[in-house]
Order: sequence, then structure tokens, then C-alpha cells
Amino acid sequence: METPEVEKCRTGSSGQPDEIDSILEKYRGRKDALIPALYDIQKVMNYLPESAAVKVAEALEVPVSKVYGVATFYTLFSVKPRGKHIIRVCESAPCHVLGAMNVVKELERELGIKVGETTKDGRFTLELTSCLGTCGVAPAIMIDDVVYGNLTADKIPHILSEYR
Amino acid sequence: MVSLTIDGQRVAVPEGTTILDAAKKIGIDIPTLCYHPDLEARAVCRVCVVEIEGQKLLQPSCAYPVSEGMVVHTNTPKARQARRMAVELMLARHPQGCLECIRNQSCELQALAERLQIREIRFERKLRDLPKDESTPAIVRDPDKCILCRRCVAMCHDVQAAGVLYPTNRGVDTVVTPAYQRAVSDVSCALCGQCIHACPTGAISERDDTEAVWQALADPNKHVVVQTAPAIRVSIGEEMGLPVGTIVTGKLVSALRRLGFDRVMDTDFTADLTIIEEGNELLHRIKNGGVLPMITSCSPGWIKFGEHFYPDLLEHISTCKSPQQMFGALVKTYYAQKMGIDPKDIFSVSLMPCTAKKYEADRPEMRSSGYKDVDVVLTSRELGRMFREAGIRFEDLPEDEHDDPMGISTGAAAIFGATGGVMEAALRTVYEVATGKELGALDFVSVRGLDGIKEATVDLDGMQVRVAVAHGLANAKKILELLREGKAPYHFIEIMCCPGGCVGGGGQPIPTRMDTRAKRGEALYLADRSLPYRKSHENPAIKEIYRDFLGEPLGERSHHLLHTHYTKRGKYPWLSS
Repeated sequence: METPEVEKCRTGSSGQPDEIDSILEKYRGRKDALIPALYDIQKVMNYLPESAAVKVAEALEVPVSKVYGVATFYTLFSVKPRGKHIIRVCESAPCHVLGAMNVVKELERELGIKVGETTKDGRFTLELTSCLGTCGVAPAIMIDDVVYGNLTADKIPHILSEYR
Repeated sequence: MVSLTIDGQRVAVPEGTTILDAAKKIGIDIPTLCYHPDLEARAVCRVCVVEIEGQKLLQPSCAYPVSEGMVVHTNTPKARQARRMAVELMLARHPQGCLECIRNQSCELQALAERLQIREIRFERKLRDLPKDESTPAIVRDPDKCILCRRCVAMCHDVQAAGVLYPTNRGVDTVVTPAYQRAVSDVSCALCGQCIHACPTGAISERDDTEAVWQALADPNKHVVVQTAPAIRVSIGEEMGLPVGTIVTGKLVSALRRLGFDRVMDTDFTADLTIIEEGNELLHRIKNGGVLPMITSCSPGWIKFGEHFYPDLLEHISTCKSPQQMFGALVKTYYAQKMGIDPKDIFSVSLMPCTAKKYEADRPEMRSSGYKDVDVVLTSRELGRMFREAGIRFEDLPEDEHDDPMGISTGAAAIFGATGGVMEAALRTVYEVATGKELGALDFVSVRGLDGIKEATVDLDGMQVRVAVAHGLANAKKILELLREGKAPYHFIEIMCCPGGCVGGGGQPIPTRMDTRAKRGEALYLADRSLPYRKSHENPAIKEIYRDFLGEPLGERSHHLLHTHYTKRGKYPWLSS
């Protein structure tokens, strides 16, 4: 069953095209504002569909190929629909050494998806990320804006239950 | 001036010079790969690295400016080791299918591997297995062969202003593509093929149509006719081992006869015809309050770019077909009639410096003879392959002449292949038609040369006609933006898609760089001066075709066969489809 939010994102319209236009109003003609513009739009749309990228390209007067290039360069942006909650597992060396892969495996098992995928109910997307800057509590994950550290596989179900 | 030492030799160069250029000055050729002399240095491949005394890290010489007293070593074990490593890593994820690659022997990666004596690759082969894009009739993309140098990106954005290709994803997953991984056929690509000239490998190439021509030549029931574009006669020699800028018109004709073409005629003939039609169209627009400025229409890359980016300005573009398509329409009507050949038995081949011409020939509106007017377009590179396969040696060939009735041409037509040439050719005719006086000095030098935008004012017996010339789409864009704002004070504008004009077309021999473009252009102006007729309206074959077939310029038959219309495509064509 899909939540209404995800349904909106999948269609790429989000039901409020005017909202995109009003976000872009303050960036019009500003080639330097590509990242903030994409960030604001993704906050509303959950991801960056092609239709939104075209609007960004028009407003900022940059080629849409560049919009797509920037949107795919940064892991915080997505050009594919994503779940309501984004789980990012740190894949840098300290987390890796302290068992990040066990955490990934447990997340995949619990959610029934692989890294890069979204659960059928549209609730979670599982991604890898570069260093979260919390090496002191490695291995760490971040769900939306919240970091969880000192993880072991057995802590995962409880953490996820907060978001279910 | 800045003095420095490179490999023990003192050299003084202007401030801002790169180490690479300073080294070149004293005869040291540092290997490069992502560096291109006409494009901004991106320094991403690390092949040109050198050691600088006092610095721990190697530096890319293509982007590193010299400084006073700098001591550089280009050929140390550390630098050589780093270069080899960079190239080995690239090769580890490259198909290495040199033997079957379209760029075999013209590939910079292959040449570099040879130069650096790469004999083994220490890394595990990891191919990416990315899909090929063969969605257009002009350009093939094979991203597996891409080494991510980004030269095509610089060409597409900075020089051609189309902005179609861009690196997406990052790190090992980086791939250069159109937005949202769309096919080239979906997006606002001019199909100019300049990305091919930028590409050091076989990752971008022209679609090879030579097989269709071989088959037609072997078919006894086909009357195979060929037209040779103006810019081919000063470039095909390079494919055959001759120096850049060699004029090989006569050898080209005899080589084509040896390949088996039944009739070797000349796009220059229809270039002259274009001048008559376009010159009259211009005068008609001026006299009758038509849409001005009028823009030339011979360059199909420019036409497609205009349809995508300036659909609101299409009325400014002359309705004249390009010389290629005028030839195609006439060869299956006028020529067929004159020779008593059924047009369905004619196979019409055109030899072009251009990839966009392949797309132009495939346009649905280019069938005014009732058949496909031009059956196959071959670029200079494809023709070179056919000549070499057939064992034709240019140095031993006699000089032949084009066949009539569509083989006689003027110097005005020859210069079509260089930026400013169409404008100059048109002015020679427009002046005499409009004033009824003979033009004294034929050379309009102010519209010649490689400045991005050129302007001139011509006095037509009291009427001041203002003209502008742009080549390369980024230059064209500057004029088109002025036009959109209503600030372009011209009557007539020439736009050529490719830098240098057709001599620098996307189908021309590799390498095509600014210096090669210039040399080929100079050769065309030489060819112009050597011809008996230098004004299109003095071409006797042109007079004949109006007398016997077309009637008058802009007449009924011309309208049907020689003029066309354009399509508003928009910047995001997939949105409307």
C-alpha cells in the first residue's frame, strides 16, 4: 500500500506545480544557485523528476543536462522516487572496519530490499553514503536528519520501529 | 616574460603560459590526453603530469601556469610511472577492441598507449557494458569506450552552446550522457558532430553508411550519382595522406570514377543555384517588407539548432534548401528528364563534411522528387575509408573534371565551405542583380577569417545593406539573442554551425582543429581565385537550368523543388511527444 506522499512523488507532479514555480522564483537567472534550487525542490517533491529538472533549467538558464549531472553527482539528491524515510549507511573506512556491512545486511533483511531500493509500501529507501562525520560512534547510519551510532545488527529492528 | 627551466633548458615565456606550452617552445612534447588545444583545460586525466622542484605532488602541465625561476622535470621515473598508471587504469575499463574500432589508427588513447610503451596492464579488466546509442542517423555513442576526459562536454557546451552532453553520477559510475539518460534522438542535439572531433577515442563517431553505397555501386540496375560538397575538395586529401589544405578537386573526381560512380557531379553547382534563389529571396524580402534580417539556411546543424532553441525566429531563416538537398531534388527530376533515366533507378549519394547532413537527407520533407532526394550521405571520413579499401592512391591519380549538367560551378560556390563564404558569394550576386552594375572588387575580405562574429556594410547603389557572419553555435547564439531582443541591426546573417564553417564540419578528417580549419579555408579561397567564373549568376549551367527547367528564381518549380519549411522542435522535444 502506498502512502499518499509517495503516490504524489511517483507521478512527478506532487499535485502542486505552482509550488515548484514559486520556489524557483527567487532563483530565476541565477546559474550559481543550482544546488540550493535542487535542494528546495527535493524537499517538496522527495526526489528530482525530469519535469522539475526542466523547470530548474529554464529558470536558472542552464542546460538540463547539467541539472541532471549535478543531481546525480551528489548522493543527497535523487532522480528516482524515494521512500518517506531515507536510511543512509556510512560506507567510509572507520564504519566499514567496525561492521557497517553487518548493519547493511540486517537493514536489507528487515526491510526486504537491497541498497538503492525503496520498500513496496514507500516508507523506506536504503542508501549508502560517504562519511557522516561521526566516526567516534562508528558504525553509524542516518535516518532522515537523525544519526544513530555504535550500531550492531540487533539494534536495527528497534530503531526501525520508531519509523514504522 | 617569465623565465624557468624545463629539463635543464632555460626558457622565457609570457606570464600565464602553461608548462605544457612552455615545454613545446623548446621542443619537448609532454604527452597529453584530456588536453585539447581549442578547449579549456580540465586536467582530469593526469597524463601530462610533471615534477616541479620544491613541490611534493606532481602537477598537470596542461593547466599549470609557469612562474619565475620554476624548475620543471618532465621525464623523471616518478612522472613516467604516474602517466603509465593513469593510462593503465583507463585501459583496464576500456574494451581495447582497437582492431574493430572506427578510430583504429586515429585514436589518441591508442597512440598514447603506444607512446608510453604500455605492454601489460596490471589491473583487472572491468568493462562497464553500457548500452550504445544509435538513435540518430548521424552520431553513434559508445560509452564503453569513453575515458571521461570531458572534451565533448566542453565542445558541446562552450563552443556549440547546445549543452546536450554532461557527466552524470560520479567516481567509477560516471558516464557522459544527455539528461536523464535520454537517447540523442530525444534531445536538442544539432547533430553537428563536433563532439566527434573532441573525442580522443571511438566513444563518439559518425554512423557509417559505406555499405549501402558499396551495394548500390555493385548493382547494375542502379544509376549511381554522386555530388561533392565544396569543403570536401580541400579535406579529403588528408584522408589519403596529403598535407592539410591540399586542393584535390580533380583527383577526387577521378577517384570517384574509379570507385564506379556513374556520374560525378558537384554540390558547387547547387551552391550557385542557392545563391540565385537566396539572393533573390533577400532582395524580395527587402523590397516587399518581408521578415528581416534573413538568415542563411545551408547548414543543417544550424537549422536543427534553430528549430530547438529559436523556434520563434524560424521565419528569419531563408526558405532555400541547402545545396545538398537542391541537388537531390534536381537529380531525380531535371537530371533524370534530361538523361532519360527513370528516377527510381537513380541512387543519389552525397559527399559531405558533415554529420548533420545525414539527418537532413532523412527529413520527411526532403522527398520533393517523389523519392528520397538524397539516398545516402557519406562524410569525408567514410569516403576516405572507401578509397583506402579500394586501394586508390591519390598521389598517382590524374585530375578529372566533374560531369555536366550539374558539374559546372564558380568560385562563389567553392567558398561556401568556409565561414563567410556564403555571405561573400551572395553579395557578389546580390550587388550585380540589385544595381545592374558590374562589381569591381570581388573579395569581401571583411567577412573572411576565423573571428567568431564578423560584420560588414555593403553599399547597393545608395542602399546600405548590413550583414553579419557567425560560425560555431555559441557565436550564432550571441547574434540570435540580439535578434530575439530586437537589437540585431542587420539585413542578412550567415550562420554556419561548425567553427570555421564546413571546412571544420563534424564529418571532416581527424584531427580537425582550429589550425586545420584555417588551412582548409584558405585553400577554398585559393580555389575560388583559380576558377574562370567567380559569380554564381555567371555560371552557364545555372543560366541553362533556369532557361530549360526552372523558369525563374523563386518561381513555381523552384518553390516546389528548391525551397522548404522548418519545424518548431523546442529545447525539450520529448515533452511534446
